[in-house]
Amino acid sequence: MEQAVATETVLEETAPARRHRGPRRSMLGERIVEAFLTLNGFVAIAAILLIFLFLFKEGVQAFQTISPARFIQTTELDFDNMPQTVRMWQPVSTNPKYSLVPLVLGSFLVALPATLIATLLGAATGIYLAEVAGKRTREIVKPAIELLAGIPSVVIGFFCLATLATLVQNAFHTTFRLNAFVGALGVCFVIVPVIATMTDDALRAVPGHLREGALALGANRWETILRVVVPAAASGLTASILLGMGRALGETMIVLMATGNAAQVTLNPFESVRTMTATIAAELGAVPQGGEQYRALFLVGSVLFTFTFAINLLAEMAVSRMRRRLAL
Amino acid sequence: MRCKGTRGLAAAMLLAASVSMQPVLAGDTITVKGSDTMVIVAQRWAEEYMKAHPDVTIQVTGGGSGTGIAALVNGTTTLANSSRPIKGEERDAARKNKIDVVEFRTAMDGLAVVVNAANPVEHLTIKQAGMIYSGYINNWKQVGGPDKKIIRYSRESNSGTYVFFKEHVLMNRDYAADAQTMPGTSAVAEAVSKDPNAIGYGGVAYFATNPKLKILKIKKDDKGEAISPLGADGKPNYQAVWDGSYPIARYLYVYSAGQPAGAVKAYLDWILGPEGQAIVERMEYIPVKGSAPGAGN
Repeated sequence: MEQAVATETVLEETAPARRHRGPRRSMLGERIVEAFLTLNGFVAIAAILLIFLFLFKEGVQAFQTISPARFIQTTELDFDNMPQTVRMWQPVSTNPKYSLVPLVLGSFLVALPATLIATLLGAATGIYLAEVAGKRTREIVKPAIELLAGIPSVVIGFFCLATLATLVQNAFHTTFRLNAFVGALGVCFVIVPVIATMTDDALRAVPGHLREGALALGANRWETILRVVVPAAASGLTASILLGMGRALGETMIVLMATGNAAQVTLNPFESVRTMTATIAAELGAVPQGGEQYRALFLVGSVLFTFTFAINLLAEMAVSRMRRRLAL
Repeated sequence: MRCKGTRGLAAAMLLAASVSMQPVLAGDTITVKGSDTMVIVAQRWAEEYMKAHPDVTIQVTGGGSGTGIAALVNGTTTLANSSRPIKGEERDAARKNKIDVVEFRTAMDGLAVVVNAANPVEHLTIKQAGMIYSGYINNWKQVGGPDKKIIRYSRESNSGTYVFFKEHVLMNRDYAADAQTMPGTSAVAEAVSKDPNAIGYGGVAYFATNPKLKILKIKKDDKGEAISPLGADGKPNYQAVWDGSYPIARYLYVYSAGQPAGAVKAYLDWILGPEGQAIVERMEYIPVKGSAPGAGN
């Protein structure tokens, strides 16, 4: 995703360079620089394609030994030898179980509440920064928020494990001390800055004449922000939320430490869950290369990548839509 | 490993193995990787040994028994620590890479079942512990405790402790889906100490000194005597582990790629000798019977 954005800026920078090309300038040097920049753009695309290929090539091989149905459910004899349909992720077992259902549910049970909370906090912060805060406040607050994004996720994860989990349990009286909601709160630390800075950028990209027009027509400041500026930047806001969600789905260390990692099929955010990322992080280091579990983990990775790729693609589309509408 | 299309990969692994197979050249560096349970004792072994033999460098890392054995099979470590015996398929994978894995039993460990200090339950039978972890007993009431849901804490599947407990206590049944997997035994201790309805398991040494935890006595069967892995003095109960009356005990292994020679052999001999076993005792593990019983401080 960041690579894709980088590609665009590269292309934008090369365009004006061509326009200002003077006759006395060294044509050769300029061409070399231009070729270098173009190459960098294509390297990003090539990298994404190669990652795609690598993941799916390994992941698809899982189907050689595991039938597709087993990625949903398996039949298992229970204590009384009665056949039961189970949806479990339990690869180390006499009858290995590779259901992706608890993992996908777990990932979304963390990512959706995280996105929801972070959207409320992040969008509010972004609107404050772009429309309300004075210049000096802004110069202090914005870098501070960006610093928040720089906290190593293992530190946030440990904070969740040791402190936040107890606070949440005391507040909500949850059965599980470590649960999806604790993970979601932890992930918010990472994605609030993403949403806040992107909202700020989107709002500031709205041309001044729209604001001035609204004020001239008698709207007060609050009406101007809510009815004119925010709708004009709606696509940008959508993009920031989607990017935040993509980041939340991909977050690993925080959820590994804060969610308890029990692969349950549940829709209750106060239960312990196991995400796709945590499963890969916890298990991939210890499985023999090329084995059944190794390939199943690559399949999990492929599914995860598909989700985040689709979400990021939607975000990209929203951004370009906003650019077109505001004629930027 | 049922792989067909990874012949190139295997060849690369073989190449890597053949390169790193002789780390015992100038300056003798020994790398040790594996079991998180053993990482504390292995680090102490390495420190003490390096003090006495400054020409040898020993690097110890954890990651789990499975990780260590995988590294040994791929030729990226000299020795692997493991808190479970090597599996047949791992031995086969090693053989494919032309590595003959040699086993050393270096210490013993009693696995404790642990609850929060506030829990009134004092003992469980092995069967009860197994039924709790496999999800057939879900309330403390069923084993003589309060009417509260049991919160199960377990380990990641790459841990030797996970595998041992599954084989010897769950009798190879699956863990309940709501068993939370913690990245290490100290994380289990931390979680159980904060949760009055929790149950956890792991090496005795991790729980023995924590006042917020209670180590349960274990009965072999309904009629058996409830035996604690700790003696009256708060130290691991050697005799109960050696004679098998405490039923959840295991060996801690070190594996080497091929018969060890030179510096590696000297190091392993030292571990199995009185000095190495004294360190085992000091770290609250149990020395291998017959090697140095009663030695130490």
